[in-house]
Amino acid sequence: MNAPAAAALESPWAMIRTLGVVATLCGVIIVAAYQWTLAPIAANRRIVIERAVFKVIPSAHRIEPFIALPNGTIQPAGEALPQGAIRFYAAYGSGGALAGIAAEGAAKGYADTVRILFGYVPGCACITGIAVVSMRETPGIGTRILTDREFLSNFQALDVRLNRELSGLANAVQTVKHGTKTRPWEIDAIAGATVTSRAVGRAIDAGAQRLLPRLAPHLEELARRP
Amino acid sequence: MSASKASAAPTAANWDEFIEGLWRQNPTFVMVLGMCPTLAVSVSAVNALSMGLATTFVLVCSCGLVSMLRRMVPKQVRIATYIVIIATFVTVVDYLIQAISLALYEALGAFIQLIVVNCIILGRAEAHASRRPPAPAMLNAFGMGLGFTLGLFALGSVREILGAGSLFGVSLFGPDFQPWVVMVLPPGGFFVLGGWLLLFAWLRRRGAHAVAGGEHVHGA
Repeated sequence: MNAPAAAALESPWAMIRTLGVVATLCGVIIVAAYQWTLAPIAANRRIVIERAVFKVIPSAHRIEPFIALPNGTIQPAGEALPQGAIRFYAAYGSGGALAGIAAEGAAKGYADTVRILFGYVPGCACITGIAVVSMRETPGIGTRILTDREFLSNFQALDVRLNRELSGLANAVQTVKHGTKTRPWEIDAIAGATVTSRAVGRAIDAGAQRLLPRLAPHLEELARRP
Repeated sequence: MSASKASAAPTAANWDEFIEGLWRQNPTFVMVLGMCPTLAVSVSAVNALSMGLATTFVLVCSCGLVSMLRRMVPKQVRIATYIVIIATFVTVVDYLIQAISLALYEALGAFIQLIVVNCIILGRAEAHASRRPPAPAMLNAFGMGLGFTLGLFALGSVREILGAGSLFGVSLFGPDFQPWVVMVLPPGGFFVLGGWLLLFAWLRRRGAHAVAGGEHVHGA
């Protein structure tokens, strides 16, 4: 074996040592960055949700997070979400009365999943506002669900009454073609942004169909909470 | 006299390292690298600028660490080592962007994680940082990063101005402006990129002609 060929050969130990040192160093950097940013990220997430809740329930003064469990009970929310549980936010007005409930719904949009937060007012059994938690819809087209006044007016009192058995909505929330809305549970789509409009309708329907039947027996209990 | 020459030489070399990526070997307009994030996230100026700066951070940190470790990394495991280092700084920048703004994080989407496979970074680590000391390697990476940021911003600003009638979210033309929706769609990215590539090619050609003309006059 000539000298250059011998020099090109590295011992396996040297390679493993190098990879081990680099992996350890990189591990330390990642963990340090994670620990350093943990609190600001959690604070940012809380702020995003709080802003969304205050937007969909403008009369809210205080927000309490809860979870509705599959066995029909509700309890204050912790960090972890048990399997099958639905997180929601009870919003209380300045006098301490229950102003409304905010919960998330999600459905596939044009580019990705559209996640929205909707505000539910038990008094009228209707949805009174929506806010977008996350979406990657086309700017200028799908994003019009945030700015189109005519579309947003659908959520002044969108009917989400429960059926007699309290097992689901009396009428599924539906998005209809622009200008054809005739019933209070219908959403008038934005012309040119139908896919995203329909995603909003499906997200509200899915979220309300899951949460409201579980919530209905506990509304008085939530209203009595200090 | 000799002292002044010694101090001037490194400065010129450093400037050369820096300017290489910013202009002569601009990753977007000359090397046409990193097209995936360039076209995908350049729908607005703020997204473009953020993506460019995130990539610059990863480039500078990765090239710095690769350069520092260059004598101890065997050739046989160098690619694995570089990828681990790049992935580390992408993870760091991922956390940092989440800590700065969740809205920005959502807007940039999966393209933050995809910085790991951005060919500009691995290319700089392999072709440059692994052969140079940390300072010039990081300076070169900084120039490349700023060049990439410049490219993204050039696309993002034009697309936002024409596609939404605004720049950094500030309306420029009033409520009567009819946005060119195509500009915020994928074809718009290709149109604007094509326009910038034409402009850059013309500028480079004109510069080359000017140099050739100057040499000709000087020679005569």
